[in-house]
Amino acid sequence: MLKYISKRLLMLIPVLLGVTFIVFSIMYMTPGDPAQLILGESAPPEAVAELRTDMGLDDPFIVQYGRFVVNAVQGDFGQSYTTKRDVFSEIFARFPNTLKLAGVAVALAIAIGIPVGIISATRQYSFIDSASMIAALLGVSMPNFWLGLMLILFFSVNLGWLPSSGADSWKHMILPAVTLGTSSAAIITRMTRSSMLEVVRQDFIRTARAKGVSEKKVINKHALKNALIPIITVVGLQFGYLLGGAVLTETVFSWPGVGRLLVEAIRQKDTPTVLASVVFMATTFSFVNLLVDVLYAYVDPRIKSQYQ
Amino acid sequence: MSSVTSAAKPVGLDKPKTKSKKRSQWAEVWRRLKQNKMAMLGLMIIGVIIFCAIFADVIADYDTVAIKQNLKARMEGPSAEHILGTDEFGRDIFARMVHGARVSLQVGLIAVGIAILIGGSLGAVAGYYGGKLDNVIMRLMDVFLAIPSILLAIAIVSALGPNLFNLMLAIGVSSVPSYARIVRASVLSIRDQEFIEAARAIGADDFRIITKHIIPNALAPVIVQATLGVAGAILSTAGLSFIGMGIQPPAPEWGAMLSGGRQYLRYAWHITAFPGVAIMITILALNMLGDGLRDALDPRLKS
Amino acid sequence: MSKLLKISDLSIQYNSEDGNVRAVNNIALELEAGETLGLVGETGAGKTTTALGIMGLVPNPPGKVVSGKIEFEGRDLMNATEEEMRMIRGNKISMIFQDPMTSLNPVMTVGEQIAEVIEIHQDLGTKEAMSKAGEMLELVGIPAARVNDYPHQFSGGMKQRVVIAISLACNPQLLIADEPTTALDVTIQAQVLDLMRNLKKEFNTAMMMITHDLGVVAEVCDKVAIMYAGEIIEYAPIKQLFENPCHPYTHGLFGSIPNLDEEVSRLTPITGLMPDPTDLPTGCRFHPRCPHAKPVCSQQTPKNSVVEGEHRVKCLMFEGLVEKVSINEASSKEVG
Repeated sequence: MLKYISKRLLMLIPVLLGVTFIVFSIMYMTPGDPAQLILGESAPPEAVAELRTDMGLDDPFIVQYGRFVVNAVQGDFGQSYTTKRDVFSEIFARFPNTLKLAGVAVALAIAIGIPVGIISATRQYSFIDSASMIAALLGVSMPNFWLGLMLILFFSVNLGWLPSSGADSWKHMILPAVTLGTSSAAIITRMTRSSMLEVVRQDFIRTARAKGVSEKKVINKHALKNALIPIITVVGLQFGYLLGGAVLTETVFSWPGVGRLLVEAIRQKDTPTVLASVVFMATTFSFVNLLVDVLYAYVDPRIKSQYQ
Repeated sequence: MSSVTSAAKPVGLDKPKTKSKKRSQWAEVWRRLKQNKMAMLGLMIIGVIIFCAIFADVIADYDTVAIKQNLKARMEGPSAEHILGTDEFGRDIFARMVHGARVSLQVGLIAVGIAILIGGSLGAVAGYYGGKLDNVIMRLMDVFLAIPSILLAIAIVSALGPNLFNLMLAIGVSSVPSYARIVRASVLSIRDQEFIEAARAIGADDFRIITKHIIPNALAPVIVQATLGVAGAILSTAGLSFIGMGIQPPAPEWGAMLSGGRQYLRYAWHITAFPGVAIMITILALNMLGDGLRDALDPRLKS
Repeated sequence: MSKLLKISDLSIQYNSEDGNVRAVNNIALELEAGETLGLVGETGAGKTTTALGIMGLVPNPPGKVVSGKIEFEGRDLMNATEEEMRMIRGNKISMIFQDPMTSLNPVMTVGEQIAEVIEIHQDLGTKEAMSKAGEMLELVGIPAARVNDYPHQFSGGMKQRVVIAISLACNPQLLIADEPTTALDVTIQAQVLDLMRNLKKEFNTAMMMITHDLGVVAEVCDKVAIMYAGEIIEYAPIKQLFENPCHPYTHGLFGSIPNLDEEVSRLTPITGLMPDPTDLPTGCRFHPRCPHAKPVCSQQTPKNSVVEGEHRVKCLMFEGLVEKVSINEASSKEVG
């Protein structure tokens, strides 16, 4: 098992390198002169040129990239063009907030999605099945930033029950988490339903029934364990969407996370912060996928055997 | 006398096909799709939206109605003159929504088109030639997939500048990996079948084999993914415009309209609500159609 | 001996998109304790559906038992509640299915799957059930130490043995085996059949062996029922069936077996295909394919005629309505 994990960790390195390369290359194409940006419009050209050389902006692309990677590995992502503060610590301060938000959102999504999916599958074509499927369809179709604003309108503005910005108490978490988690909940519901329907058709379910196993146990023990395998994949992928979606949700709710930092950085053309934020999110996502792969091996003994 | 029977299946329903196989396949798909009421509803709604997009100028003139500010009539609620009210600059919301349909559809279709072209080619090549080329291409796709697609699009737009073309490019590029995977999977499932060997034996070259045999078989899953992909692209467009990374004002785009109304949520919530509903209905319709297509094209139902 | 299983007038139908599938039509059969009945026929004849009907596992919807009685140990299973049926399944009546590769739950150990049926029906704790599971494995020729292995770690033949172990764990009165060896290699097939035969003798289990293979029937069965288009068209003790097959279809089945001793240039299959169960032929269901069919065969449905003792057949030739052809003569004419 340990061999499996270390092997996957090793495979992560080229992926992360690739990610840094792609994102760095994209940001490299940003027009404009960072040195000019830092010093301001009225700065004398000599000062700008000197700063450029200091920052290494005139070096060839590969050198700049290499420098970036070497520094990044040591935790140095440079300084923000706008706030002049260390980018890494800025991100690090906000990162737990984003993680918390995404974590609660995914927990909500699973807590709702899987049970509803199971009920839908076992009562196929019933009223509750149709209702859930329509609700799931709506959930998947709503833009999350719009949902957030509507929730604010309803619960904050009109009813005054819940706060609409900041992150001070657990109450502040509710609306953002619901906003972020809704489309994931919908997707997980649909996936659970189809996975269960698929599994229930399998021969070994018929064997279980022929043994006299109660229908409840057939569903919850025999079917569910097998159905979980593709569901886990989807949950892992959803985490990626959540990290992306957090950008919008954090903006709507003024949630102090990396997403909002990213949006601000883009507005101000603060390339180091944009670069670091995207790399951070991608790295997190990769680790989550690694976790999912390990979880796989636990749930599916066929995969476990491959790595023993 | 083989006898693999599954207990639940009523047997004896497989009749030998007498009609021309290809023609009846698509007709069969259409017939199945027609039976799906939700999919048909989705199709109708999309039809209406396409109509709005094409005839936007006829419904509401761009310069005078959609863009021109009228500060005396700011943030009015729905009325006879303005069916859905006016926005923070006094512009008719309905007119802007209709024009917004054009923008959304444009970006959606072209972004997905780019993704299919690039992703499909990569996937086809990877699946067909296999080996090292396959490995390299798929590793590259893995790297792209490690970055949540909206973040990738944001990065591209923030680097290249927010305009319509860059938006289409960004969303298109960030969608490439999923089409690469789908096409590659299709190719792999067919590549080793015997009729391909037969084609080669009569002298067909690789290009011909790929275009004539492999791509038609990959069509079904690509069509489903494309339908859902357009939905995703429209969502991404709206999201990017919402944070200012998309179509620039005063161009009417649903997400941007939402963003504009945000600070007036308390007393003029209609500015935010209506464009959001437009987005939702569009995505809903596309999802219903996509689901219907997936069911209609399900290979397991083809006996 | 009182009959263990008595089925009378059983009909099962499926409601499908293309029509009403008449899978099983008015069949009757009996089984004594310890006897083995072979249920023979081509794919689609209704054999599996019959078995599912006995177990109460016909998927509903779309399937439905429209008529008939299934008497087991004296009581009619048609009147049993679902709860009562569940107590019978795996316990008094067990069923094993055709494809061992997919019959076992991939995420549970084989020990757990055997122990499960023991825990449900017998008053044993988990530990005891697991040790009994180990014993069952030994019984079917698998080392008890493998009780914690997963299905994918076994070969096809061994998987089928596990399935057999599960089915016999609670010592059922009746074992229904639906083509248990069809998916296996011929050599493994022989081993598994041997195993089944020995266990059957040891536990005195009655067995219903569903198969399309007359060779298997010859080895294991005491009685045979030949099914066609959902009906039992011939029913006889094994010796009588092999010595005096009456129904033209039965003849066709025997005739299509390649003969080791004869040298022929072509095999002799039965012409035509199984009829569409949503659109069965009128009169005798076999008449479109029967080489001896006469006009009356498409008009009148044959009833059971007794040939000798327990041997009965459904064919108008035996009701005196059609001239009896000496079938052996007729078939050799066809081959030439």
